[in-house]
Amino acid sequence: MSYFEFLAEYGPRFVDGAAVTALQTVLAAVLAIAIAVAMGLMRLSRNVPVRWFATVYVEIFRGTSLLVQLYWIFFVLPLFGITMEKFTAGFVAVGMNLGAYGAELVRGAILSVPKGQWEAALALNMSPAKRMVRVIFPQAFLAMLPPWGNLLIELLKGTALVSLISVADLMFEAKQINSTTFLSAQAFGTALVIYYVMSRFLITPFMRWLERVMARKMGRA
Amino acid sequence: MFDWRWDFTFEILPRLLWATVNTLMAAGIGYAIAVVLGLVLALAQRTSFKPLTYAVRELVEFIRSTPLVLQIFFVFYVGPQFGIRLAPWTAGMIAIGLHYASYLSEVYRGGLESVPKGQWEASLALNLSPARTYFRIIIPQALPPSLAGMGNYLVGIFKDTPMLSVIGVAELMHTANAIGSESYRFLEPYTLVGVIFLAISLPTAALIRVFEAWVRRQLGMN
Repeated sequence: MSYFEFLAEYGPRFVDGAAVTALQTVLAAVLAIAIAVAMGLMRLSRNVPVRWFATVYVEIFRGTSLLVQLYWIFFVLPLFGITMEKFTAGFVAVGMNLGAYGAELVRGAILSVPKGQWEAALALNMSPAKRMVRVIFPQAFLAMLPPWGNLLIELLKGTALVSLISVADLMFEAKQINSTTFLSAQAFGTALVIYYVMSRFLITPFMRWLERVMARKMGRA
Repeated sequence: MFDWRWDFTFEILPRLLWATVNTLMAAGIGYAIAVVLGLVLALAQRTSFKPLTYAVRELVEFIRSTPLVLQIFFVFYVGPQFGIRLAPWTAGMIAIGLHYASYLSEVYRGGLESVPKGQWEASLALNLSPARTYFRIIIPQALPPSLAGMGNYLVGIFKDTPMLSVIGVAELMHTANAIGSESYRFLEPYTLVGVIFLAISLPTAALIRVFEAWVRRQLGMN
């Protein structure tokens, strides 16, 4: 079977798989960003229990593997009465894991905002919430965008693991096609190229664009 | 916890600890491959032969932006299609070593680029051979800024070894899966795997930070 025949026959399944991967990526990214902002801010809180909770969360999720967390969420959580569908369990695990890494980026970026900005906001009698929302966070946001680009690629790669709890993503389709056709180079090779295109020609340009837009909005272009 | 069985825990713990040895071995061998191969990939991008630079650059980008678990499958299954049978361990070490080599090459590249240009020029002016320039002048200065990245990826490779279970490498995750399917109990094995990972990765990360500070002091950089 030539490669073109292979693509003609199995192309639609790769497309279906890629769509599931894209959806998993978007949902996991939304969750990861929410967790990262919440945990990043909590790690800077002056309230000790709040800070400790966030630290423990970050250390647990960064100290163990995504695969371990995924299996734990899918196979063990039901024993505690929390049953998730495999699709949900997939993006929840990926989002919670990458959210812990993101929390460190948020924390670092907020700490990198010059001290004078905090003092100026205080001198202007801004409330702590307003100071964070209007002055500190926008500047931190700009600073953390480049590392978030890398993190989103890690997140896309992480979604490949959801195939192991049989979510029908790109990786899962590649495995299925491989086991029916035994054309491993074509099946896995095509999937590799699709992942590469997604991260190099979708995520990276999107993040570059976002960096430019945000820099312009902040008057730093 | 309501369903936790301690007798079962102690029954499976020795088995999991033995599997931990395999996990550590996989991480160690994979990292050794990555450290050496990563240097090759980094130096290949510094030659004056441009096509090689671009080819290696693109290869590194490709490996870095595709999932490791897919690469493991690729290495394991593509060989037999062309008549080469790889044992799970061999395929796993090739895949994980290559994946982290591409990450480490970026770390080395950053370290080498952080050495001021004047150092190269001074070495040239002193008529030092390229080998001597690299080993006595450049690498000692490129090392400290690279150490943090190298340490992170050492912990990273350790945490990625569970992916090797998909092709049947008998490491920690594979053993936990086996215990789970034999006994239909998933709570204890999977939780223990998480605890073992934490118990190794947290102290390792702390030790790496201490080591990094020590090297910087030894080289008089602080």
